[in-house]
Amino acid sequence: MDNRLPTEFDVVVIGTGLPESILAAACSRSGQRVLHLDSRSYYGGNWASFSFSGLLSWLKEYQQNSDIGEESTAAWQDMIHETEEGITLRKKDETIQHTEVFCYASQDVDGNIEETDDLQKNPSWVASSTLIKPLDSACLSEEMHSLYVSSYEVPAKGTPENNGEVTDIAETLVKEEYCGYKTYKHRVSDGAKDEIKPILEDNSDPPKGNRITYSQIVEEGRRFNIDLVSKLLYSQGLLIDLLIKSNVSRYAEFKNVTRILAFREGKVEQVPCSRADVFNSKELTVVEKRMLMKFLTFCLDYEQHPDEYRAFTQCSFSEYLKTKKLTPSLQHFVLHSIAMMSESSCTTIEGLKATKNFLQCLGKFGNTPFLFPLYGQGEIPQCFCRMCAVFGGIYCLRHKVQCLVVDKESGRCKAIIDHLGQRINAKYFIVEDSYLSEETCSNVQYEQISRAVLITDQSILKTDSDQQISILIVPPVEPGACAVRVTELCSSTMTCMKDTCLVHLTCSSSKTAREDLESVVKKLFTPYAETEIDKEELAKPRLLWALYFNMRDSSGVSRSSYNGLPSNVYVCTGPDCGLGNEHAVKQAETLFKEIFPSEEFCPPPPNPEDVFFDGDDKQPEPLGANTIIIAQLESSEGSKNLESSEKHLQN
Amino acid sequence: MHGRLKVKTSEEQAEAKRLEREQKLKLYQSATQTVFQKRQAGELDESVLELTSQILGANPDFATLWNCRREVLQRLEVQKSPEELAALVKAELGFLESCLRVNPKSYGTWHHRCWLLGRLPEANWARELELCARFLEVDERNFHCWDYRRFVAAQAAVPPAEELAFTDSLITRNFSNYSSWHYRSCLLPQLHPQPDSGPQGRLPEDVLLKELELVQNAFFTDPNDQSAWFYHRWLLGRADPQDALHCLHVSRDEACLTVSFSRPLLVGSRTETLLLLVDESPLAVAWRTPDGRNRPSHVWLCDLPATSLNDQLPQHTFRVIWTAGGAQKECVLLKGRQEGWCRDSATDEQLFRCELSVEKSTVLQSELESCKELQELEPENKWCLLTIILLMRALDPLQYEKETLQYFQTLKAVDPMRAAYLDDLRSKFLLENSVLKMEYAEVRVLHLGHKVLQANDNTIESLDGVTNLPRLQELFLCNNPACSAPASRLLPQAGPPQPAGQPPVPSSGHLGASGRAAAFSSQQPHLRDSAPAPCPLTYWN
Repeated sequence: MDNRLPTEFDVVVIGTGLPESILAAACSRSGQRVLHLDSRSYYGGNWASFSFSGLLSWLKEYQQNSDIGEESTAAWQDMIHETEEGITLRKKDETIQHTEVFCYASQDVDGNIEETDDLQKNPSWVASSTLIKPLDSACLSEEMHSLYVSSYEVPAKGTPENNGEVTDIAETLVKEEYCGYKTYKHRVSDGAKDEIKPILEDNSDPPKGNRITYSQIVEEGRRFNIDLVSKLLYSQGLLIDLLIKSNVSRYAEFKNVTRILAFREGKVEQVPCSRADVFNSKELTVVEKRMLMKFLTFCLDYEQHPDEYRAFTQCSFSEYLKTKKLTPSLQHFVLHSIAMMSESSCTTIEGLKATKNFLQCLGKFGNTPFLFPLYGQGEIPQCFCRMCAVFGGIYCLRHKVQCLVVDKESGRCKAIIDHLGQRINAKYFIVEDSYLSEETCSNVQYEQISRAVLITDQSILKTDSDQQISILIVPPVEPGACAVRVTELCSSTMTCMKDTCLVHLTCSSSKTAREDLESVVKKLFTPYAETEIDKEELAKPRLLWALYFNMRDSSGVSRSSYNGLPSNVYVCTGPDCGLGNEHAVKQAETLFKEIFPSEEFCPPPPNPEDVFFDGDDKQPEPLGANTIIIAQLESSEGSKNLESSEKHLQN
Repeated sequence: MHGRLKVKTSEEQAEAKRLEREQKLKLYQSATQTVFQKRQAGELDESVLELTSQILGANPDFATLWNCRREVLQRLEVQKSPEELAALVKAELGFLESCLRVNPKSYGTWHHRCWLLGRLPEANWARELELCARFLEVDERNFHCWDYRRFVAAQAAVPPAEELAFTDSLITRNFSNYSSWHYRSCLLPQLHPQPDSGPQGRLPEDVLLKELELVQNAFFTDPNDQSAWFYHRWLLGRADPQDALHCLHVSRDEACLTVSFSRPLLVGSRTETLLLLVDESPLAVAWRTPDGRNRPSHVWLCDLPATSLNDQLPQHTFRVIWTAGGAQKECVLLKGRQEGWCRDSATDEQLFRCELSVEKSTVLQSELESCKELQELEPENKWCLLTIILLMRALDPLQYEKETLQYFQTLKAVDPMRAAYLDDLRSKFLLENSVLKMEYAEVRVLHLGHKVLQANDNTIESLDGVTNLPRLQELFLCNNPACSAPASRLLPQAGPPQPAGQPPVPSSGHLGASGRAAAFSSQQPHLRDSAPAPCPLTYWN
């Protein structure tokens, strides 16, 4: 297979996250020759969604990443001329940290494993979260990539005579069925052989029909589409507007979020936000209904009634709400669930603006302001890539770039040199910031996002229908801390297997993800155990599996804080912590306007009937899916991604 | 670069569009012409179906073509085998659906579907219900579809409880749905039939309270949505009061019996007859209205034969039975007396008809409290204000008189568009209140014995209502805005009254306020059965 690419392009885009993909589509749409590269084997970068096994491989990659030392950078040195210099790009991704995995689901495989009588059967939470200290101290010292892994049932002092044997059986089983998972599991065992023991179920207590086991999760792993960033689309937001305007929306399908939830006094409640919700609410009295509707109606055009809030512009929004005859529960709903603002720092005007924005998005597609893309958020960047490819963009995954070539005299970037040593020339270069080297980024300060991904056995608020998509804001216990955003997805969003829910927790970090989020997880969920007695605990959904990690949030980094980047190299940031996608869209549009001030940003594509090819050149190529070139698709992940987008194209 | 995209210019696109439209028009016109020719020639065959479907597919509102299709189908019904017919019906149903997609509010299409389904021996009603549900999902207020759904539900004998659950689901989605509320008002009495004794349309109290709670939720959520207020009005006033006979009068001089009803009624049409029993034996008489016109009237008269009035017996008993309403009244003419009469007093019966007529005043009272609560939150909501006024009226017009007048003031200020209507309503209430006050004080409104009406110094503009006063002999109308009407219309039966007023003597007139209110009520469809002229003024001696 000839991997050589054409050598002349107008724009080279490195990284397939959302802003880069939008830019690639915009450039290609306006007639530029676009080369879009990603060093990873999947689309989306930190915006990607993974199947369960895909996610495990992703975790493994970060584990391996930490072991790879910096390769020699000399390979490209002789490729550049005397009048040029090279800016090295980073070889490994360092945006993910503190990954921790917990498995609570029972790991029995159809009772094949022999009973071990003395295993602890009902361990406490503390036991379940016991950390297995990883392997070598070298890894710890590197810190960035230390992978903490814990299994559910980990007796502190196991029975040594059984341990080795049981672990081996489990390993073998896993090895046979899931190659990808094997290594990962093995590594853990390596370091912690004496402490690790897979969860075994007492055979005398056969599993109940509807209990999900770990092996079922692995088996049904392809049903999962687990987002790295948890976002929703505001019905009147920039991304929806862009998707519609550019006609990229036809590559994706969406579902309306069905519920807005609130967490108050230890209970999860549904927030009535639309007119129909308020009318149907059983919890609110008629007077509360009136007061809420009255306030919300006012917020819709608060600018027209400045007298109503002028006196409170210096107050916080929560203070202002207290003056509006709203009961405490209504104040909570408006502040946390509708405006989604923090209690202490949000001003009246900000709160009113956020409330208005929320309300304006209501009713466009349904009873809540949000849409969720079927098959996960990772679909969205791919949809833009597809648009780019339809207009001639060329795609290469698993394609690393060694360096940017800069002309000393003009100070402009002229070309890139890829990992095959090929030199590719272009006029403009768009680079996602995780590709920039430490040297380039030495002055940059990053925020962090704390994330948790949970697989649970039922919804946090059960109703007649188990197919609910919910968003819940859990306000911080101590004032000043960050609220935690929880989105719960049901299986009809095509992101998790039947009879499970996929739950995403997000907040901006103050500590590691687990430290930031574990208290909220404990409030809402209970670890899965075989024999559950506590009635109150039973009401909570049970955790089957959990992942914590921190993701770098570079959204606040300004272009000027990078060292020595040529002016024609444009930087895209990774995902921000916010709920919507406004940041990515705004960034893409701003950069596009900077590069091509006179071109329209993602105009609607022409009607197919009105399109024809200029016939005076070579053989015209037909438009459509077959013009998409995806190089080097050996990886199964790559083909999975392609398949899933193919599916939508047909829809 | 090869494969470069070119896009047609807007001029090219416009030209292509224009050509297309021209072509369409040509086809449309020629097809229409052919259909009409064929119809005239009586060639009602399948080709007509084909042609009309081309046109109706683009424009389903072409009613004549639907008629044409019906004629064709009727003819084919006779000619075709059952299998062929079944295929034809299936195609027709499919075609109707495609037309409904073009225009879901096409009268012709829905009507055609009704017609077709009504003719089928084994119609698939479940499918039709599903169709309705689908269309109502797209537009929950499509009354064409609601109408069709009621037809289907009736044909398929769908239990009212299921249909009620369906209205529930639509109200849950968006309560601003007149059709859905209305359907409830039809279904609930069916679901909870009341024993014979109770008036028609009343609901058991538990059901009523549940509905009131539902509708309260709606108007507290959005007090500006009319649909909920309409339903609220229906819940509280849905039962029309039974027809009653208010007054009976028999005059020996004129050999005449006069009856006055609680509302204008038409006597003599088939079932609704007025039976007269004189001394317990039926007497056939001819009923007439005071003005001689055969139309619904408050007052009906009949001439009595001399035998019924002779002075042989110590007394004659006159019993009148209104067969349609089950109401009756009796009066006695004593020997030696010139007249006898019987009438209700304000304390016996409700004299004035109320908008709201729920039996239990506790229900009305609690509704009044809720509305007042809402009014405090929404001081400028006209629906709330009007409902409060009506509730107070139904509960106790005199006790709430002062408050009512204040609410009128507020209501007029917030709803100046309907100021005139409100003035009329207010004036009607005031008039009724004056009458009531006098009744309670045992002071007769008028000197009945004098057959004289003093109406000087009023703002009477028209005298239409005076025809309801057949025994009136003198009418004083000094200092009123005069208005002219043919004199002949005034009191023709009892001999012309002697206008005793100062010139200019109005030749005709009417008791303005209440008459005008009634006229306005017909212009304001949201006020149902606004009250007609008050009864006590209709008759006296």
